[in-house]
Amino acid sequence: MIFPNSLATTYNDKVVRQFAIMTVVWGVVGMLVGVIIAAQLAWPELNLGIPWLTYGRLRPLHTNAVIFAFGGCGLFTSAYYIAQRTCQVRLFSDKLAAFTFWGWQLVILAAAVSLPLGFSQGKEYAELEWPIDILITLVWVSFAIVFFGTIGTRKVRHIYVANWFLGAMIIAVALLHLVNSAAIPAGYMKSYSAYAGVQDAMVQWWYGHNAVGFFLTAGFLGMMYYFVPKQAQRPVYSYRLSIVHFWALIFTYMWAGPHHLHYTALPDWTQSVGMVFSLILLAPSWGGMINGIMTLSGAWHKLRDDPILRFLIVSLSFYGMSTFEGPMMSIKTVNALSHYTDWTIGHVHSGALGWVGLVTMGSMYYLIPRLFGQKQMFSVKAIEVHFWTATIGIVIYIAAMWIAGVMQGLMWRAINTDGTLTYTFVESVKATFPFYVLRLSGGLLYLIGMLIMLWNVIKTATTGRSVTVTIPAAVAHA
Amino acid sequence: MDILYLLVPLSVILVFFILGGLWWAIYRGQFEDVESEGERILKDS
Repeated sequence: MIFPNSLATTYNDKVVRQFAIMTVVWGVVGMLVGVIIAAQLAWPELNLGIPWLTYGRLRPLHTNAVIFAFGGCGLFTSAYYIAQRTCQVRLFSDKLAAFTFWGWQLVILAAAVSLPLGFSQGKEYAELEWPIDILITLVWVSFAIVFFGTIGTRKVRHIYVANWFLGAMIIAVALLHLVNSAAIPAGYMKSYSAYAGVQDAMVQWWYGHNAVGFFLTAGFLGMMYYFVPKQAQRPVYSYRLSIVHFWALIFTYMWAGPHHLHYTALPDWTQSVGMVFSLILLAPSWGGMINGIMTLSGAWHKLRDDPILRFLIVSLSFYGMSTFEGPMMSIKTVNALSHYTDWTIGHVHSGALGWVGLVTMGSMYYLIPRLFGQKQMFSVKAIEVHFWTATIGIVIYIAAMWIAGVMQGLMWRAINTDGTLTYTFVESVKATFPFYVLRLSGGLLYLIGMLIMLWNVIKTATTGRSVTVTIPAAVAHA
Repeated sequence: MDILYLLVPLSVILVFFILGGLWWAIYRGQFEDVESEGERILKDS
């Protein structure tokens, strides 16, 4: 059967361009909200007494905006670009691809309105109410059809490893979303979870951690396996290792979730299973990290004068750091100290700002000039400045949260000789204040970097023009 | 922990799907000549 897309002579880069621009725009928005709530933690009066601007409502807006708007648009961009280039065929359906773009933007807008208004399912990273959940499902199924349709009609026999990661991400997120967001509607913006009590907690963190594993890890690894070799102009260090990395990661990820529920009503053995799987995950994660970084083996000098490569390689270092830190924190005795403290926030942001953020920015810096017929970004100097503001911002942020977290953990467990607590809770809050201010400054630096990127992207897009790329006619392994 | 009666079978089914994918990839020659596949992407534009 011949599908129309396999007869097309050009790539569909329009939808890639749209998603790429929105990645940067939503990055600025999501990080701005992050900076606002970071300031609110230091100075609570900053919610100005307006319910819509309270921390409890803006915090889910921040997480949804950075994960699903910034990260999500980045994943759509990469999936559509990588699938077309590595399969040497146009996207399976232009109409469905356009629907995924507009549908996803609508989801984001619905989140931006409904979360401040206080509509929430109360599930972390799955706060959106049921009508929005249905729209997400429609968009995601269309995404799957476009992506797997493109892979299925490929002109190259081999499916490049990045596509495996992106494909696994699409399937896993579909499954997670459907199971975790199952709810009984009780009004047009109100619903009750299909599960109760600890069962609900288990489903939530089965979802929550796999969202980290598949959305924020597998998807971005797909990005890494394409854009690192492209920017370095060298094949990935070991293609064999990348295949082992993929299968090992997806076979072992599913059961790490219970580590979010240590010392809760969840049965002890389930917690231990979660801990063991989390520890196992260190191996494939580091295999992938080493594989990515070693791609530069023999060409380290490229790091000296290529700021885009620096974004990509430093993102891999943060990936290595947070995939070491994560398994350590999942050990129950370590978790007894770290859980519920700001150490967790530090860990998450070392992954989010360091790994997800930097790899996305590096990939967009590679991609955006090409999408607008340019050789490079409008200002390479600005990429350099962005790199340093972002990196310094991350280091300040996570160092502040590490110190704050360990301090909180120690203060909360300190006991006097007569068995009473040494510190009241509010004393630990007071002691955290300087670290909240430091964290705000780190986040602010990161946001400034993102604003520089937005300026650079606008300049690149307006000096360039939208180009249509022809699919190479002769294909080696047809 | 009745929820495990849903989550565990779901994970087992998923693992079978993953195994199926691995099986397909191996026996349909996806991994025949892997090192040259890593180089090919450098040529696309």
